Amino acid sequence: MSKLIKVFFVLMSLSVFHAPLTEAQDDYLNVGRPALEEEIAAWDIDVRPDFMGLPAGTGSVEMGEEIWEEKCTACHGSFGESNEVFTPIVGGITPEDVKAGRVDGLIGNKHPQRTTMMKLPTISTLWDYINRAMPWTAPKSLEADEVYALVAYILHLSQIVPYEFELSDENIGDIQKLLPNRNGMTVEHGLWDTNANPDVLVNACMENCNAQVRIHSSLPDIARSAHGDLRAQNRHFGATRGADTLSEALVDPVRDGRRELTNTQASVVAKVDASPEQVAKQHMCLSCHGVNEALVGPAFTEVADKYVGDGDALVNLFNKVRQGGSGVWGAVPMPAQSGPTDSELKGLITWILELEKN
Amino acid sequence: MVHGLVDNPKIYTMDDLMRLPSVSRIHFIECGANSAMEWGNVAVPSVQYTHGMLSCSEFTGVLLSVLLDHVGFDQANGKFVLAEGSDGSSMTRTIAIDRALDDVLVVWGMNGEMLRPENGYPLRLVVPGVQGVSSVKWLRRIEVGDQKWGTKDESVHYVDLMPDGMHRQYTSVQECKSVVTTPSGGQVLLDKGFYNITGLAWSGRGKVTKVDVSVDGGNTWRAARLESPVLTKSLTRFNMDWVWDGKPTIIQSRAIDETGYVQPQINQLREVRGTRSIYHNNAIQSWLVSETGEVQNVQAY
Repeated sequence: MSKLIKVFFVLMSLSVFHAPLTEAQDDYLNVGRPALEEEIAAWDIDVRPDFMGLPAGTGSVEMGEEIWEEKCTACHGSFGESNEVFTPIVGGITPEDVKAGRVDGLIGNKHPQRTTMMKLPTISTLWDYINRAMPWTAPKSLEADEVYALVAYILHLSQIVPYEFELSDENIGDIQKLLPNRNGMTVEHGLWDTNANPDVLVNACMENCNAQVRIHSSLPDIARSAHGDLRAQNRHFGATRGADTLSEALVDPVRDGRRELTNTQASVVAKVDASPEQVAKQHMCLSCHGVNEALVGPAFTEVADKYVGDGDALVNLFNKVRQGGSGVWGAVPMPAQSGPTDSELKGLITWILELEKN
Repeated sequence: MVHGLVDNPKIYTMDDLMRLPSVSRIHFIECGANSAMEWGNVAVPSVQYTHGMLSCSEFTGVLLSVLLDHVGFDQANGKFVLAEGSDGSSMTRTIAIDRALDDVLVVWGMNGEMLRPENGYPLRLVVPGVQGVSSVKWLRRIEVGDQKWGTKDESVHYVDLMPDGMHRQYTSVQECKSVVTTPSGGQVLLDKGFYNITGLAWSGRGKVTKVDVSVDGGNTWRAARLESPVLTKSLTRFNMDWVWDGKPTIIQSRAIDETGYVQPQINQLREVRGTRSIYHNNAIQSWLVSETGEVQNVQAY
């Protein structure tokens, strides 16, 4: 190889293969600025399983119970058992699980539902979860001691610690050794590293693969309309049409020549608004409002009573639901709701405002 | 902010990020729980419900590797990256450093316009080939570390329950998958005769190399036409000619990716993973065309 060619190859390899990486270390002049230690401390809130990032603090079960009653029960129930808004936090574990570090109820589909405490492998996760995400309406509003207290209360509800217990950064490592599912996780699978071997390997058979094919599962007739009118969820032109799932299934076989569907099957009917009760249910209004009872938010009848004779109530409440608000009915804010259509929402509010008259 | 095991932790404004060398890439994003409700049995009627938590877009931004190089990440000890959003929960996910240095994008543009609020404006991560939850929206912080973080969305959510009671943690890759979109569940064929069978195929491990289609419930298979361009970790459209004779039949598609991995049947997945893992169901989809022309979701094997 001539000297000139060698030089050429060296230049090629530098410029094409190595240069972008090495340039990146020093270049991009004036792009970005150093992050200050104070800024990093303010932003870096994560807590790892080895407890890196865990702030010092202490919280008792008793203190946790008080905070829980005030800020957590509306969604999770008094004992972390509620299945209304989210899946339960507490339940499904035994003293034997605590000893073994494996939750027996998970083996072989014995337990119908999984709670948070049945799955939780690392206590740091629960601390970090509450600290960054709870309560739903005001995440990151809890002090470190309050987070310790809430974790302690959940541990108590799970019968892992006694009522007198205080959790702190000093003893949280000991609690890790009592978590019922601490040995219940595996990373032995092919779904993390893109180069790892997959766990389900099959061949691509092309002929005579399965002459005895059977249908093992299909939707029962009773579920035909469970996902609404599929006709309205498909194009009304093209190679196919959507099935009219609000009617009985077609009976006649297709013959040569194009099938003409009946009027109701061929045309797309304008969507009819759901009833106010259906709208309230579908968009989860009833999670926080009862019709006659106040829950997290006021009862619908209370709202109606408050705005009797107020000609602007429909418009004001419409905007309030769309934009969210707080302060009128207490401290818990109502999040902005974009779910119902404008006409559905107007119908719902009109219905609510007329409730008191009935 | 990019910090952690790095020489020079930095804060980048949007002005800064948009000065850096940008790339535009087309990738799919699929929720880890797409098709989740069908592990045990058929549960939903149409492709919107069985496979709808899937999208494919052109994303524009800077490679995460550029930022990691710029801050001088610790090449010896920096094994993982944490991405954190600025949503209410400041959602966090752990990403392996080899993924982060490969093709992960810090994105501000989508389909030729700035990100929309619901897609993560002003800045999001896109982790190609990995379940959608890792593509953290409203991105605010990247940390380099030497251990996984065990966050809520990788310790109590997004964990896959196996029949022996163990949960698989840190399952990420969206394995090779395909589905016929026409004819599909909830549709009606109005006539016998010619139809174009069409569908989508994708793989979190790279490019789709082949899609086979069966119109007899999986006994015989024919190769479908792949529409170009076939891009890595992107949706690939396939088509195949078909003449329907009016008799009941089951239509299926089966994708193969560049690693040679073959999309499995639901019973083959269940043999290994049971029925309660929720996530990562990439089974072959079966559509039953009945004599009436109505198409139904079935599980056939």
